[in-house]
Amino acid sequence: MNALLQVRAVTRRYRMPRSSILRRGPVLTAIENVSFTLERGRTLGIVGESGSGKSTLARLIMAFEAPDEGEVLFDGKNLHALSSAELRLLRRRFQMVFQDPWGSLDPRHTVSWSIAEPLRATGAGEIGRRVDEALSQVGLRPQDGSKYPHEFSGGQRQRIAIARAIVTRPALLVADEAVSALDVSVQAQILNLLMDLQEDLGLAMVFISHDLPVVACLADDVLVMRAGQAIEAGPTAALISAPRAQYTRALLAAGGLMP
Amino acid sequence: MMDLKGVSVGFGAAYALRDVSVSIARGERLGIVGESGSGKSMLGLTMMGMVPDAARVEGAIALDGAQLARASERVWRRHRARKVAMIFQEPMAALNPLQRLGETVMEPLQVHLGLSRAAARDRTLELFAEVGIPDPEARLRQYPHEISGGQRQRVLIALALTCDPSLLIADEPTTALDAHVALRIIDLLVNLAASRQMALVFISHDLAAVARATERIAVMYGGEVIETGPTPQVLQDPQHPYTKGLLGARPGIGGETPGRGPDGRRKRLPTIPGTVPPLSALPAGCRFSGRCPVELPHCARVRPEPHRVSGNRIATCHLLGGRA
Amino acid sequence: MTRLLTPNLVLGAALVVLVVGMAALSLVWTPHEYAQMNMRDRFAPPSDIHLLGTDQLGRDIASQLMVAARNSMTVALIAVLMGGSIGVALGLLASAIGGWVEDLIMRIADIGFAFPALLFAIMLSAVFGPSLWVAVLAIAFINIPVFARVTRGAANVIWTRDYVAAARAAGRGKFAISRDHILPNVAAPVIVQATIEFAIAILAEAALSYLGLGAQPPSPSWGRMLSEAQTLMFMAPQLAIYPGLCIMAAVLGFSLLGDALRDLTDPRLTRSRQA
Ligand SMILES: Nc1ncnc2c1ncn2[C@@H]1O[C@H](COP(=O)(O)OP(=O)(O)OP(=O)(O)O)[C@@H](O)[C@H]1O
Ligand SMILES: Nc1ncnc2c1ncn2[C@@H]1O[C@H](COP(=O)(O)OP(=O)(O)O)[C@@H](O)[C@H]1O
Ligand code: SF4
Ligand SMILES: [Mg+2]
Ligand SMILES: [Mg+2]
Repeated sequence: MNALLQVRAVTRRYRMPRSSILRRGPVLTAIENVSFTLERGRTLGIVGESGSGKSTLARLIMAFEAPDEGEVLFDGKNLHALSSAELRLLRRRFQMVFQDPWGSLDPRHTVSWSIAEPLRATGAGEIGRRVDEALSQVGLRPQDGSKYPHEFSGGQRQRIAIARAIVTRPALLVADEAVSALDVSVQAQILNLLMDLQEDLGLAMVFISHDLPVVACLADDVLVMRAGQAIEAGPTAALISAPRAQYTRALLAAGGLMP
Repeated sequence: MMDLKGVSVGFGAAYALRDVSVSIARGERLGIVGESGSGKSMLGLTMMGMVPDAARVEGAIALDGAQLARASERVWRRHRARKVAMIFQEPMAALNPLQRLGETVMEPLQVHLGLSRAAARDRTLELFAEVGIPDPEARLRQYPHEISGGQRQRVLIALALTCDPSLLIADEPTTALDAHVALRIIDLLVNLAASRQMALVFISHDLAAVARATERIAVMYGGEVIETGPTPQVLQDPQHPYTKGLLGARPGIGGETPGRGPDGRRKRLPTIPGTVPPLSALPAGCRFSGRCPVELPHCARVRPEPHRVSGNRIATCHLLGGRA
Repeated sequence: MTRLLTPNLVLGAALVVLVVGMAALSLVWTPHEYAQMNMRDRFAPPSDIHLLGTDQLGRDIASQLMVAARNSMTVALIAVLMGGSIGVALGLLASAIGGWVEDLIMRIADIGFAFPALLFAIMLSAVFGPSLWVAVLAIAFINIPVFARVTRGAANVIWTRDYVAAARAAGRGKFAISRDHILPNVAAPVIVQATIEFAIAILAEAALSYLGLGAQPPSPSWGRMLSEAQTLMFMAPQLAIYPGLCIMAAVLGFSLLGDALRDLTDPRLTRSRQA
C-alpha cells in the first residue's frame, strides 16, 4: 500500500506586485524543493517562524493552489492532476483546521450548517445525525448546533472548526497554527482533543506551528522550515535531544521557560 | 516608584480589577501574566491613568509619592510620557500610517520638551540607534508600512522613550511578532531597563516571554493578582493552584518528556477544567473556585487572604492560610 | 448607544420618513385630485383649502408634490433594484472567477461608469420615445457598474477569509460559495450603497423629467414641476421652490442615511474621519 501523503520536491513561487509599470514584479520563492512522506495514522509536525512557508505548504497539500514544480500525492493520486470534479469528491478525505477561530466560521450561518458543509458538498446522507456525532466527538452538545459562531469562545469555536473537519471521517487532517491563537489552558484542551481524535479515528495529521514545544507534544516526526526550505527533519525525540541545525536550537531556546 | 494598594476598577456591578496591590521599584522588571480577560491590560491602563470613563476606580495609586487615584486627567497628563509611558500589542495600529517615522518621534520631542527641529532630529537619531534600528537616517523618511513588524515595535519603543520615562509599560509587545523577532525585542527591553535605570512592566500571556523578560512576576486571574514572587521561583515552584494549572498546561520540553505512555497512547497535557467565566459571573469568594481541582467547601463564598509563602512570595489561596 | 445616534443618522432618517411618508400617504389620500384643474383659482396663495396654494393651471400643489414623490421614488426604487441586481451579480461573478474575466468585467464597468445617464436616456428616448421607462432604464444602467464595483471589492475581501477556504476544502464549488458565503457577507456594504444610489437616482429622475425625458403629463414629477415653473420664475417663484425643496429633502435624506449607515457598519472609517 502506498503512503497516505507524499510531497515530492515542491516549489512555489509568487510574483510580487510590480513597483513600476516598466518592470515586472520580483519573484519570491515561498517554498523550495520540499519533500516528505506521511504514513496513515501518523503525525508530522512542521515548525518554522512566520514567513517560512508553512502556510504555503498547507495550501499546496489542500490543493488550494498548485506547485510550480514537484507534486503532491494523496493516496497515490496526484492532487494537482485531478479534474476539478474528482478533486472535489476526494476532498472529503483530507480536511483542514485554520489558525484564527474567529475567521474560519461564517458568522452568518449556524454551527450545524457550517459543520454540515463538507457533507452537503459531497451529497452524503444522514447529515443531521453525523453533525450531532461530530459535535459530541469534539465535546460540544447537539443543541449547540443551532447557535451562531459569535455565541462561542475562541476555544469552543476551534472545537466547531475541528468538528467540521472530521465530519466526513477524513484520513488526513491539516492543522495550520490551530492552537496558536488560544490561551494556554484552552490550548492544552484542544491539543488533547486532537490527540484523542487522532488515536480514536486513526487520523493522519500535518500539524503546523511556530511553537516547537507544542509540536513536540503530539508529532511523531518534525520538519523544520526556514526561508522556504526544509532544513532539518526527523523523529521528534531525536530532533529535540540532538538538534543539528543552529536554527532548531534557537527554536528550542525560544520555547523554554528557563532563561 | 509606583505603588498600587487595594485598587479596584468596576463597571457597574462587575469588577475588571479587584483589590490589586502591586509595587514596582526603580529599575525593576515586573511581569504580568494571565489568560485573556484576566485584567492585564486594565492593570496597565490603570497605571497610566487611562481607564475608560465608565469605570469606577477605588484604592490608592501612588507614583513617586504623589497620590493619583482620584487625580484629574490634567494631572495624569503631566506624568504620562515623562514618568510613565506605554507601548501596545499591535505596532501598526499605534502608528499614524500617513506620517513619516521621523515626524512621529520628533513631534513629542518638540511639543513636550520644546526642542528645536534640529535638536529633535538629532535626539530621534540617537533614540533610533539606542533601540537598534539599523540605518536611522533612512528610517526618518520612511512610513510605517515600509518597515517590518519588529522594526515598528522598535519605533514605538523609541517613541515611548522620548521623554525619558522612569517606568515603561509594555502590553503584549511581542504577541504580534514571531518567536525570533520577539526574543530580540525582549532582550532590547531588558537592556534598556538596565542602561536607563528604568522600571519595566511587561504584560503577556506568554510564560516563556515573561520568564525571559522579568525578575518578578504577578499572575492574574479574574481581575485579581493571585500570586507574586521572583520569576524563577514562581515558575519553578508555583504555589497557587491556578499558577500550577497554567504551568502544567504548557507543553514544555524540559520536565515532562513528550511522547507515548506505556499503553502506546500519547501523553495528554494536564488541563484546567472549564473556561474563564465572564466578569459578571465570577464567584464572590476565590475567583478560581469552580475550576480549581483542589477546592475547599467554603472557597466559593469566602475570599482567601494573601499569604506570605516565603520572603517575597505571596499567594492568595485558602490552602495556604491567612494574612501575609 | 449615543454613538449610534449621530446627527447624520437622525436628520437623514427624519427626512426619509418625511418623503416616504408623503409618497405612501398619496396612495390612499391626497388633499385634492392632483390633476384637477381650476382656471378660476390659478396661483392661489396657501390657504385652508389649498395647503400650499395652486399652480398656473389651478391644480393643488400639495397633492401634486405627494404624487410626484411617489412617482420619483417608484422610478428610483425600480431602477436601483434592477441596476443593483445586475451589478451585484456581475461583481460576484468577477470576484468568483478572477483572472482575465474579472479584468474584462471591471474594464467594461469602468466604461459604463464614465457613460452619462443623460446620454443614455437621450438615446433611449430617440428610439422608444420619452417615457417613465426611459428614465428607469437609464438610471438602472448607470447603477450597474457602481454596484458591480462595490460588490466585487467587498467580495474579494470575503474570498480571502478562512471560512471560504474551509468551504473550498469541503469541496464546494464557486457558485455555491458565492451564494452561501459571499453574498450574505457583502450584503451590508451593498445595502449602504443602495441607499446612497437611491438618492442619486431621485436626483437623476428629477433631471431627466426636467428635460422631458421622464414622467409624461399629466403624471406629476418633481423635475417636471420644476421645469414648468421655470417660465413663471418671477411671477410665482414658490412653484419652483416647493419641488426644489422636496428634491433636496429626499436627496439629502437618503445620502445622509447612507453615510450614517456606512459609518455604522465600518467602525474603522468613523475613527479615521475623526482623526
Ligand atoms: N499569495 C501570496 N502572494 C505573494 N506572496 C505570498 C503569498 N502567500 C505567501 N507569500 C509569501 O510566501 C512566504 C511564506 O508565506 P507563508 O504564509 O507560508 O508563511 P508562514 O510560515 O505560514 O508564516 P505565518 O506564521 O506568518 O503564517 C512569505 O514570505 C509570504 O509573504
Ligand atoms: N470598557 C469596558 N467595559 C466593561 N468591561 C471591560 C471594559 N474593558 C475591559 N473590560 C473587561 O475587563 C476584563 C479585563 O480586560 P483586559 O484587561 O483587556 O484583559 P487582558 O488584557 O488580560 O486580555 C475583561 O473581562 C474585559 O471584558
Ligand atoms: S482558594 Fe480554594 S478555590 Fe481558590 S485556589 Fe485556593 S483552593 Fe482553589
Ligand atoms: Mg501561517
Ligand atoms: Mg490585553
